[in-house]
Amino acid sequence: MKSKSELVATSVFFAGLKSAELEPIIKLVFEKRFEREEILFFEGEATESLLFLASGVVKIFKTSPDGKEQILSIAHPEETLNEVPLFNGGLNTTSAQAMMQVVVYMINKRDIEMIMRQYPLVASNVIHILAKRTRQLVSLVEELSFKRVNGRLAGILLENAVRDGESGAKLTQRDMAAMAGTAREVISRSLKAMEDDGIIGFDKHRLIIRDREALKKMSQTFS
Amino acid sequence: MYIMKPEIDKEKCDGCGLCVGVCLENGIMIVDKTVVAIAEVECDWCGICEAVCPNDAIRCPFQIIFA
Repeated sequence: MKSKSELVATSVFFAGLKSAELEPIIKLVFEKRFEREEILFFEGEATESLLFLASGVVKIFKTSPDGKEQILSIAHPEETLNEVPLFNGGLNTTSAQAMMQVVVYMINKRDIEMIMRQYPLVASNVIHILAKRTRQLVSLVEELSFKRVNGRLAGILLENAVRDGESGAKLTQRDMAAMAGTAREVISRSLKAMEDDGIIGFDKHRLIIRDREALKKMSQTFS
Repeated sequence: MYIMKPEIDKEKCDGCGLCVGVCLENGIMIVDKTVVAIAEVECDWCGICEAVCPNDAIRCPFQIIFA
């Protein structure tokens, strides 16, 4: 795990600053630990500080009105978790939960704002970071609105199912994502929806096609 | 009884241990800087280890069958 000073020195937020300029920033950073399953922040709450993930992995998710959880991404060490609501001045757009023991480094919102006023270079870095996030979200919108992932996934499942004693290819969710030209998270959601509809089921490492006709129809309608 | 375990590619695994921390069954451990799945633990095939692996080194492949 990186120390506070290492994380600040290598973070894209503070890229380009000299070590003498980084010193006072490092003093503003504080550490917080979370146990597995603990919530780092809730959707809809006000954002008070910027969170840098120092160690562990964090699930970034939204919850639908009927309580269904949609994982948007899994954050890895050195990523920031909440820059959009922080700079937007609004409320958290997502919730975040520790998937294992997690350490985060935090900087208060007012301190980040003060640093940006003092060092315009940091403000410029922030623009780059937010632009990158926007690009990621545009890709996600494209995935969700234009691509018929369900139809392609239905075809992939039918093509790779074991039949007549032949052993079909064993596929991970990542494999299915690569074949369907989408993200693993999107496949995960499609599989869950098919399971909820009773079209497929899971028995540990077996994916069971329960409604072959429904899958066929999906693959023909949406491909 | 044979217990299915996630597949681990030792060449790709850099021993970062993220999968160890997220496994709900405590079924993964690090031996000699590489991740190994423990045979005694019954894996639920939840795929969380696969999802968090930054190197695509751990896999939970599905056999697709008709009911």
